[in-house]
Amino acid sequence: MSDSPIAVEEHGPELRHHFETVEQQRNAASLGMWLFLGTEIMFFGGMFCAYLIYRMNYFNEFAAGSRSLDVWLGTINTMVLICSSLTVALGVRAAQMGKRTLLVILLLTTIIFGFAFLGIKGIEWYDKYKEHHIPGTSFSADDLVRDYPQIHIDQSHEQLYFSLYFAMTGLHALHMVIGVGIFAFLTFHAWKGRYTPNYYTPVEIGGLYWHFVDIVWIYLFPLLYLIDRRPLG
Amino acid sequence: MSEHIMSSKLYYGIWITLMILTVVTARVAFIDLGPFNTVVALVIATCKALLVILFFMHVKYASEKLTKMVIISSIFWLLILLFLSLTDYSTRALGHG
Amino acid sequence: MATAAITAEREHYLNKDYGIRSWLLTTDHKRIALLYLASITFFFFIGGFFALLIRLELLTPAGDLVQADTYNKLFTMHGMVMVFFFLIPSIPAVLGNFLVPMMIGAKDLAFPRINLLSWYLYIIAGIMMLHCIVTGGADTGWTFYTPFSTAFSNTKVVEAGLAIFVAGFSSILTGLNFVVTIHRMRAPGMTWSRLPLFIWAHYATSIIQLLGTPVLAITLVLVVFERVFHLGIFDPTRGGDPLLFQHLFWFYSHPAVYIMILPSMGVVTEIIPCFSRKRIFGYHAVALSSIAIAVFGFLVWAHHMFVAGISLYSALIFSILSYLVAIPSAIKVFNWTATLYKGSITFSTPMLYAFGFIGLFTMGGLTGLFLAALGIDVHVTDTYFVVAHFHYIMVGGAVMGYLGGMHFWWPKISGRLYPEWLGKFAALIVFLGFNLTFFPQFILGYLGMPRRYWQYPPEFQVLNVLSTAGSTILAVGYVLPMVYFLWSMRYGRIADDNPWGAAGLEWKTSSPPPTYNFEETPEVTWEAYNYDQIPAPVEVSVER
Repeated sequence: MSDSPIAVEEHGPELRHHFETVEQQRNAASLGMWLFLGTEIMFFGGMFCAYLIYRMNYFNEFAAGSRSLDVWLGTINTMVLICSSLTVALGVRAAQMGKRTLLVILLLTTIIFGFAFLGIKGIEWYDKYKEHHIPGTSFSADDLVRDYPQIHIDQSHEQLYFSLYFAMTGLHALHMVIGVGIFAFLTFHAWKGRYTPNYYTPVEIGGLYWHFVDIVWIYLFPLLYLIDRRPLG
Repeated sequence: MSEHIMSSKLYYGIWITLMILTVVTARVAFIDLGPFNTVVALVIATCKALLVILFFMHVKYASEKLTKMVIISSIFWLLILLFLSLTDYSTRALGHG
Repeated sequence: MATAAITAEREHYLNKDYGIRSWLLTTDHKRIALLYLASITFFFFIGGFFALLIRLELLTPAGDLVQADTYNKLFTMHGMVMVFFFLIPSIPAVLGNFLVPMMIGAKDLAFPRINLLSWYLYIIAGIMMLHCIVTGGADTGWTFYTPFSTAFSNTKVVEAGLAIFVAGFSSILTGLNFVVTIHRMRAPGMTWSRLPLFIWAHYATSIIQLLGTPVLAITLVLVVFERVFHLGIFDPTRGGDPLLFQHLFWFYSHPAVYIMILPSMGVVTEIIPCFSRKRIFGYHAVALSSIAIAVFGFLVWAHHMFVAGISLYSALIFSILSYLVAIPSAIKVFNWTATLYKGSITFSTPMLYAFGFIGLFTMGGLTGLFLAALGIDVHVTDTYFVVAHFHYIMVGGAVMGYLGGMHFWWPKISGRLYPEWLGKFAALIVFLGFNLTFFPQFILGYLGMPRRYWQYPPEFQVLNVLSTAGSTILAVGYVLPMVYFLWSMRYGRIADDNPWGAAGLEWKTSSPPPTYNFEETPEVTWEAYNYDQIPAPVEVSVER
């Protein structure tokens, strides 16, 4: 404990006692979140590695699988996430300026966008289910073979594309769900007035997490949906 | 993280740019650019990611160089995974596999 | 010199609060370190139990103790438990947790509650792993190679994979905590160049934990997805490549061996200067070599795959890189030796372990170079040569460093001295037992005995018997410290602040330390390892 006779810096209850200053605490939290996001880059990175290798080896199957996804739903979902990143950024700004009501509204809006994304994703997955594109014993790519006679498709390899599709979008969706949970927590505490211009670190680092999940999708969208959309011969 | 409060107009500007880039990437995919389709798609995605990182995540205004080091190192490490794996996959067809 | 009466009155981190809640809900890094100590010791004996069963089976050439399938489970569970539940956490979670804040002059780690969460994740993972073991265990080897693990094994692969996934999360959070702490919580005057090299070693280790473990995590998730949801990422019948699994697995698991050895090297770098009464030779070289090991360690993983089917050109690249990664380790060995030169040497128990480390790690490391040569690897890969190589490093290196560190810092942790003569005796037993166990395995491997086989040709029996005999001696050597450390907590001589006359901030506070480590935040104005300024202890706290 600092028992020095020098005036102890005025701080609220949010300063944990192993830190000397609020600044140190905020810098530590920020660095911690960035390091965590670094680990997430490597976590998703493993799947990007698998994607890279298999796309190289099985381009035709990947192209065909990609064409079976709905580009417009994917585009809309990308835009939904971009809007949510805007509300997050504006929310952090509201916290910095002490605007409690605005902060709560922006956090809630972010959650709504999150649910919208998950809802659209659910629709897309259901479509895949109807089309028998879920890997496993009931998988069938007959429709792709029929629809794209110009592309030579090996049906067994086609499952690889969809395996990666579900693994990557599935893990991304899981991160979205966790993000919505985090923001629900933030919304509740914001409503209780816990965040002030002097202390809004949770909003800041929660925002970093959300933006990261958005960035993962920014890459997933072209890599999964736009592999080869050129007009066929 | 900086205490610097960003103008909301800047945020809206970044947002509009991101939306436009999204539409662009979707539409360009339907134009035949040969092998450059992939390049263009990834370049646009990277531009979008940079906008989010630099502005929404405040990295442009971060006083700490450490933040940028963490981001660059993580991306670099991912590239190590991708490229060294490629040394195997891209050379298997060359003679003895 | 503290008397019993003063110690009984003075408040410190052990007597501050009593009761199980004060331990299970603690955020004090020192108490969490002890929670980890108990847990990893428990798992060490579980893993050791599997090892003894393996050695018992290998006493005779025939497969007569257990079935072949059971034998597969024995070496699998031995590997999984030892790697993920003992070696990876060991020094960082026990000594690192205890010492990192103290060595830099901080009151605690940056995120004490995340530290506690780390331990709970480890416990949850441990319970999952124990449940996996008692319901049959996995038989894939700790390496989970596909397609056996994804498509053919009928054992508890999913459960083992998920347990390790959770343990990996624990490891990531520990690394995250250390990096933030070292960057943000150093006391005034504690510049990067004044940090103890133990801290540099843990910083480098934490970087590996942060960047590597997530790839293991996703790889295990994909194996689980394949088994549970039939996603065919590694399935050859659907175009999947089993080698992709190996690339992803070893991308983590090779740097993981540096997670296991770097902290041990950090311990040795603290012990050697203290018992030579000399500053470490080449401080900056040692510091940077830790970082170099962390970085280069990520560039060599496919040397585990030389005969698996990767392209020859790729194998060449990885072989060259594997030679390069040996250089920073060699730099450390040279610098330790140079520190010893013309030093005033005391052969205390920690020092004995440090000497053991240098010799055995060097042997293990050099045999790694044999393996890095493609021509030799073709012959000795998947034989007992490899088994001997990694046990020399992991056991002869990492575990000896761990034991040396436990002895060195035991007075600080417990406020008691262990019986020194017993310490030395146990160290000798460990050294003898270790060499008798594993040296014959180099020969066995070179002669062609494959690893992971439950029976072997009769001409290999003599060496196997020697190895098993050694393992029983080694087991005794490991049990002894546990016994006398526990004994010392009640009956050991009271230790003063700095029984070894060592340099470092942790020795400037009482043994055991107060909860917030220091009465006042220290201000550092001296260089690390300032042994020219610290007098040798009057009695070197060596007691009969």
